[in-house]
Amino acid sequence: MALTAKFVKTQELLFELRVADVMRRDVITVRPDQTMTELRRILRDHRISGTPVAAGDELVGMITIADLIAFLNSDEEEALIGDKMTANPDSLFSDQLLVHAIQQFDATRFGRFPVLDPRSRKLVGILTKGLIIEGMLRAMEQAFQEEEIRQYRASHIFEDMVAEYKEIYLTYELVGRDFDRAGKASTQMKRNLKRLGIRPDIIHRLAVASYEAEMNTVLYAESGVMEFRIAPEEIVMRLRDRGPGIADVEKAKQPGYSGAPEWVREMGFGAGMGIPNIIKCADRIDLQSTVGVGTTLSVRIFTGAGANRAGDEGGGT
Amino acid sequence: MTLREIVEKLDLQVHAGAGRMEVTVARGYMSDMLSDVIGNAPIGGLWITMQKHKNVVAVAVMKSLAAIVLVQGRVPEEDTLRAAEEEEVVILGTTMSAFALAARLHDLGIAGD
Repeated sequence: MALTAKFVKTQELLFELRVADVMRRDVITVRPDQTMTELRRILRDHRISGTPVAAGDELVGMITIADLIAFLNSDEEEALIGDKMTANPDSLFSDQLLVHAIQQFDATRFGRFPVLDPRSRKLVGILTKGLIIEGMLRAMEQAFQEEEIRQYRASHIFEDMVAEYKEIYLTYELVGRDFDRAGKASTQMKRNLKRLGIRPDIIHRLAVASYEAEMNTVLYAESGVMEFRIAPEEIVMRLRDRGPGIADVEKAKQPGYSGAPEWVREMGFGAGMGIPNIIKCADRIDLQSTVGVGTTLSVRIFTGAGANRAGDEGGGT
Repeated sequence: MTLREIVEKLDLQVHAGAGRMEVTVARGYMSDMLSDVIGNAPIGGLWITMQKHKNVVAVAVMKSLAAIVLVQGRVPEEDTLRAAEEEEVVILGTTMSAFALAARLHDLGIAGD
C-alpha cells in the first residue's frame, strides 16, 4: 500500500516536471569557427563529453567526444568544429514535459540534448540523463520530505501499537447554520485519512459521505457530533444531530426528495441528492430519525484489501 | 493539458492558487448544485459554476478538483478567496458563459463523462 502510493506520487511528479526545471542553464558552448584542438581542451577542462555548437545564441550543431576521436584518428592536422559537428541536431523545448524528454532519450540513445526556448528557438540549456536524475531526486526530496514523515508516522499507528483491538476515534462538533465553518470537519478529516495512508479511492468515498452528512447538519439541524471510528479493516462515520429530524426516511433516500427552503437551494444545496450520494459511497448505511428530536446516520466503509474499488456497489443495509 | 495551458489558451483570470498551475487536467464538470458536484464530478477535474460563496472551496477539496472556474465575470467573495488560499484550491474566472467555456474546453480535449 505505502509502496504503491509512493509510485503514484513519483508518476505525478514526473508529469509535473518540465525540461526547464531540471536542465542546466549555464551551457558551455563552442563556435563553429573554433578548431578541434580547442574543442579537445574545452572538453577536458570542463570534463564533458559533448557540447552544443552555437553562433551567437543560435544553435547550429552538436559536437561530441566521438567526433573528436574520429578526427584524431584521421590524417588531418587541424579542422574546424563547424566541419566535424552534427548540423541541425535533435533538440528539446524548455516547456516540454520531462516524461516526453525521457522518451526521446530512450528512442535516440543520445546522451544529451540541447534545449531551445519554444518561442524564440534560442539555445537556453542542455539536458543530460544525469541532470534528469539529479532534478528528479531534488524534486522528490522537496515534495516528500515533510508530508512523508507525517504520513509514515500516522500510517504505522496500527502496526506500531500492540493491542487486542485497535481503533482510532476522531470527533467533530458541528453547529447548525454556521456556514463559515461548514465543510471544515470533512476537509480536516480528508487530510487525516491521507496521513493514515488510506487508499485514495476510499478517501474520496468517505469525503463525499462526510461532506454531505456535515452539510445536512449545518443546513437543517441545530447541532451535531460527527465521529469517525477508524479500525484496520473499516471506517465507520456516525453523525448524531439535534434538529427537526426527517419525517420520511425512505423518501429521503430517494434522489430528488428535498425539504430545503429557497435560500438553501440558492446556495446550490437541497437538490435532494445528499443522502443518495452518501448511499452511493457507503458499503453499509443506517439512517434513523425522530421528528423533533434529531437524526442519526451511520456509514460504514470497508478499507481492507478486498474493499470495493468504485463504491457503486454500496447500497442500503 | 495543464491548468497553465488552459489559462493561457482561454485567457482565464486567476483568482486564487497561481502557484498551482502545473496540475494536469483531463475532465470537467458543470453544475451549480453542490450535491451534484460532490456526487458526480470526476476526481481531479475542472468545475465550471456560477456559485461564488465559500462552500465551493470545501467541495473542491472533497473531490480533489484541479480548479473551480467562475463564469460570466463572477468574482469570488472575500472569504471564499481566503478559504481557497488556506486549502490550496485554485479559483479561475472568465466572462464567458458556462456553455461557451465548456465548448472551448471540449475543443482543448477536456472531456466530460
